[in-house]
Amino acid sequence: MPENDAVERAIAENLSREGALLPILHAVQDALGYIPPESLSRIANALNISNAEVHGVVTFYHDFRTAPAGRHVVKVCRAEACQARGSDALAEHAKAALGVDFKETRADGGVTLEPVYCLGNCALGPSVLLDGRLVGRVTPERFERLVQEEMPRL
Amino acid sequence: MSVRVFVPRDAAALSVGADAVAKAIAARPGVSVVRNGSRGMLWLEPLVEVETPAGRIAYGPVDAADVAGLFDAGFLQGGAHRLNLGKTEDIPYFKKQERLGFARVGVIDPLSLAEYEAHGGWRGLTAALGKSGAQIVDDVTKSGLRGRGGAAFPTGIKWKTVHDTAAAQKYIVCNADEGDSGTFADRMVMEGDPFLLIEGMLIAGIAVGATRGYIYLRSEYPDAERTLVAALELARSAGYLGDNVRGSGKAFHLEVRRGAGAYICGEETALLESLEGRRGIVRYRPPVPAVQGLFAKPTALNNVLTFISVPAILEHGPQFYQDYGVGRSRGTLAFQLAGNLKHGGLVEKAFGVTLRELLYDYGGGSASGRPIRAVQVGGPLGAYLKESQFDTPMDYEAFAAQNALVGHGGLVAFDDTVDMAKMARYAMEFCAIESCGKCTPCRIGSTRGVEVIDRLVAGDRRELQLGLLKDLCETMTDASLCALGGLTPYPVRSALEHFPEDFGRS
Repeated sequence: MPENDAVERAIAENLSREGALLPILHAVQDALGYIPPESLSRIANALNISNAEVHGVVTFYHDFRTAPAGRHVVKVCRAEACQARGSDALAEHAKAALGVDFKETRADGGVTLEPVYCLGNCALGPSVLLDGRLVGRVTPERFERLVQEEMPRL
Repeated sequence: MSVRVFVPRDAAALSVGADAVAKAIAARPGVSVVRNGSRGMLWLEPLVEVETPAGRIAYGPVDAADVAGLFDAGFLQGGAHRLNLGKTEDIPYFKKQERLGFARVGVIDPLSLAEYEAHGGWRGLTAALGKSGAQIVDDVTKSGLRGRGGAAFPTGIKWKTVHDTAAAQKYIVCNADEGDSGTFADRMVMEGDPFLLIEGMLIAGIAVGATRGYIYLRSEYPDAERTLVAALELARSAGYLGDNVRGSGKAFHLEVRRGAGAYICGEETALLESLEGRRGIVRYRPPVPAVQGLFAKPTALNNVLTFISVPAILEHGPQFYQDYGVGRSRGTLAFQLAGNLKHGGLVEKAFGVTLRELLYDYGGGSASGRPIRAVQVGGPLGAYLKESQFDTPMDYEAFAAQNALVGHGGLVAFDDTVDMAKMARYAMEFCAIESCGKCTPCRIGSTRGVEVIDRLVAGDRRELQLGLLKDLCETMTDASLCALGGLTPYPVRSALEHFPEDFGRS
């Protein structure tokens, strides 16, 4: 089971750190793209804390997901500075163009759309994070081009 | 001899194609490309600079498709071209600034220890190593430095508490969870001059007697994380971090920790909970973190901009820093011009510069060409200001007198197409999304706030809704533990007070 190996490696590499839970969860998600629900009790055991505590942490933070995302992940900034530069129109356009709502993965598993609240690119908005890459000055037209160039099989 | 050409590696520059520009330039003969930080003139990014005998000549904004034409125009000799902006340091936006903390950002290769040192790096640390902890704390107190994260608490007093609290282990924690919309100064300095943050935290460690430090960095900043991790490794190899800092016999260990997308973890006690491996739930104070912070140990917890202000204070003495600013707001602040502005970017100026100067003299007015109607200062928890308030000087007390915040120095401008009822509703909605859930006024009040504003805008029993909203704001202000619930009423009330015409009519 490659999932188990990734979880064991994440635990082994981070267990001796102070406050190891977040680094372990990040390492699991970096390796697998999500945190398998069946790994929670293994992580809890390693840290000598309860399953409930691990579950509580995983569900508290926006970043952690317990199911795989789509092949592409598109995050659109919804915060004030991007709103001032037209991000509401971009968000509507993105939903229509990708055929999903926020926090949804398209049925074919092609793409997940998520809101994000500030990417620190507030002078060059609207901003999106496309598979982890920050892109600024994203007009609806530029968004179209990005989708065609970066997600050709979508 | 190859000519040095600077192409920023700052995330903002990367977001508009700096990598493609760097690649196109590097493919040419006779060029050595340096990936620097950003000069902060973000509307000109990617801003490319050529080193010439006369100084660094700027070109921008450069697209990869412009590169061939630039070379044809004698770009490596600073040749004339429609994108030629002249000497970078003569561009008025840049020239009029007072850069202390950001003096090296955009100038040097952020991951070159040699350049850091050649441009004045480590001088604050050297001065600190010749002083006692109490003397360093005294210098910081006398400088008048106040916490740059938003609360503006005197840094020296916080450090004195940590210094005076006896404990076997103490910590330095840097709050790099820069989640406020309209702010990017922390990111820019971490990506553009990471050794400066390391130096500031080292000095803090020596001052208070702490041997371990953490930089709690938001996950939305992957470029900053890569730069910081590389810088820490270089600093370790060169003996600036470890068991014996530069042979001083003092230990300091520093690492980066990645947050996980929770805005509330920018609140200091929620941040500590998160660092300890728990949900980011706000703690009761007292005890303050300076007495019982990370793992219940005395902890000096400050913002990135606070730590990076410290080396200059140690290098030049507290009076040097004190000489900048007005009233009780001493020194400089890195103002961030964001949203609908023509010239968005970073402007480091002494306190006392007015909002109007920042918006028009630097910001150039709105990007859309329409009148600026509202400006939110200090992030999502800061008030909206209207035109008649634009002459307010950037000063903690002057802003407090306007029922507004300076916060982390971010300005988000909106033109006259903005719907302020929608912005007020968004403030409540954001609070509902990001509330840690500990206090009822924040957790439930924010959701009720969205509903009340919706009814108000729909014209449903207007007077009743106005009374309810006022009451709700009061309850959130008075009864929330932390700034999220406590300050969300700032944008809501200011929108309602200054822009009542947007809130429907009965």
